[in-house]
Amino acid sequence: MPEHILGLSTEAIGIWIAALLTLAIYSFLYRDNPVYKFAEHLFVGISAGYGVGITYQQVVIDLIYKPLLRPAEVGALAPDYLVIVPTILGALMFLRFSRKHGWLARWPICLVMGYGAGAAIPATVQNMLEHTRYTMQPLVPFNTETQGYEWAAGISMFIMVIAVVTTLAYFYFSKEHKGALGTAGRIGIYFLMIAFGAGFGNTVMARISLLIGRFQFMFYDWWPLVVGIFHRG
Amino acid sequence: MIEKLLHLDRRVIFVFIALAVGVPMVGGWKFDQGSNPRTTAVHKYIEDLPDRSVVLLCFDYGPASMPELQPMALAIAQHVLSRDLRLVCMTTYPDAPLLIEDTLATVVERLEKEKGIKREDGKDYVNLGYRPGLVNVILGMSADIGAVWKTDFNDRRYGDLAVTKGVRTFKDVGLVIDLASSSTPGAWVVYAHERYKVKVACGVTAVMAQDYYPYLQTHQLVGMLNGMKGAAEYEKLVGLESDASKAMGPQSCAHFLIIALVIFGNIVYAVSRRRARRQTP
Repeated sequence: MPEHILGLSTEAIGIWIAALLTLAIYSFLYRDNPVYKFAEHLFVGISAGYGVGITYQQVVIDLIYKPLLRPAEVGALAPDYLVIVPTILGALMFLRFSRKHGWLARWPICLVMGYGAGAAIPATVQNMLEHTRYTMQPLVPFNTETQGYEWAAGISMFIMVIAVVTTLAYFYFSKEHKGALGTAGRIGIYFLMIAFGAGFGNTVMARISLLIGRFQFMFYDWWPLVVGIFHRG
Repeated sequence: MIEKLLHLDRRVIFVFIALAVGVPMVGGWKFDQGSNPRTTAVHKYIEDLPDRSVVLLCFDYGPASMPELQPMALAIAQHVLSRDLRLVCMTTYPDAPLLIEDTLATVVERLEKEKGIKREDGKDYVNLGYRPGLVNVILGMSADIGAVWKTDFNDRRYGDLAVTKGVRTFKDVGLVIDLASSSTPGAWVVYAHERYKVKVACGVTAVMAQDYYPYLQTHQLVGMLNGMKGAAEYEKLVGLESDASKAMGPQSCAHFLIIALVIFGNIVYAVSRRRARRQTP
């Protein structure tokens, strides 16, 4: 690949393309327009093409072609014929496009669902029990090293217990929310609101971070190129 | 006036946000971020690892999450490689293998230029590349890592690499760090930590951070880096002033503006409701 095209370095051309596409995408903030649509479709197409390219190289070549036809390249002495079984099952997925043989695509789907459920259910239950266990700690923990009670941790633990119980009360629908259950449920709503607020705050932080990322690119990478053009001019 | 404010064109707010981000960036405003125990825990764990331990860094994100996660990757990779540790990178995202290449090249060049530390591809670090199906990959790695990654991203055989010598299962891995833009840290905890007791830490986008606090409380995660702020905190811990640290000025200003807008919006809404109530006969 040449380092320069029409007097511009390939890196500078890349930065210009990225900058113009960034502006095209942000033009949506004013209103929907054809330039935005073009950039959006380009993004979808390139992402799909890139994904297919990497998957072909890293999956089809590395996990199917080499173990079967070039075993030495993956450190094996003989071809691994077991690879043929998942390859056929995977290929059966494509039969969904056939009306006559589409039913065969159910076999690999069944396998994936069965395997997925078998792997996920015990692990999920184990994880849930682990989290439940940690809500059943002493209200005021005793530190064996300092031989004293940790009152600050105790306050956190107390708030957590109240939050868990009242939030569960809010989601208990088998009895009308009156009396003690109603009061607990109302307190639970406040804890839920705090959690939603924290979630919203984190979401704002994430979205602003993405905007800053684009601003940094435009300001640190693209703007010096623009200034360079005027200086040369 | 109140009616106008209630129906304010959202593009006006976009301009304010752009100014809140752009002005501090041009002005180079800095806000010291300090550090929090979740970030420090990851740094301390890496500091305490014995020499030549293996840190498995998983890049489970694509370019769309780069502003938050790429600074984390750069800071953590720099920390690991500045010590005498082995860095093994992998991904279950097809977008990420070239992000790994870029990260490693940047860090190795920076370490050599700024600190005179030379690190060698295949001896001190490696990019294993991409494999699909996270759960299958984790469960496969628990039996034999070399069976899942027969070759690395540059087509070198796993068994021939000095960096992965003696690394067969999770028992041989000092720490797994998952940099994630989706729910992959949960899978690492459930399938790798709970079953095989490998230590797991994570760096996540701020949107997801809330989901992982329970895992910190149960000590299933060693620590966690939360979004760009977490990356800035880690940069500070490793003495680096890069994109995340520079972003804290604009981010703080944008946050102040959003807080102000939320308060202002609520006041306008409350005033309009009171007026509407008074006008109702």
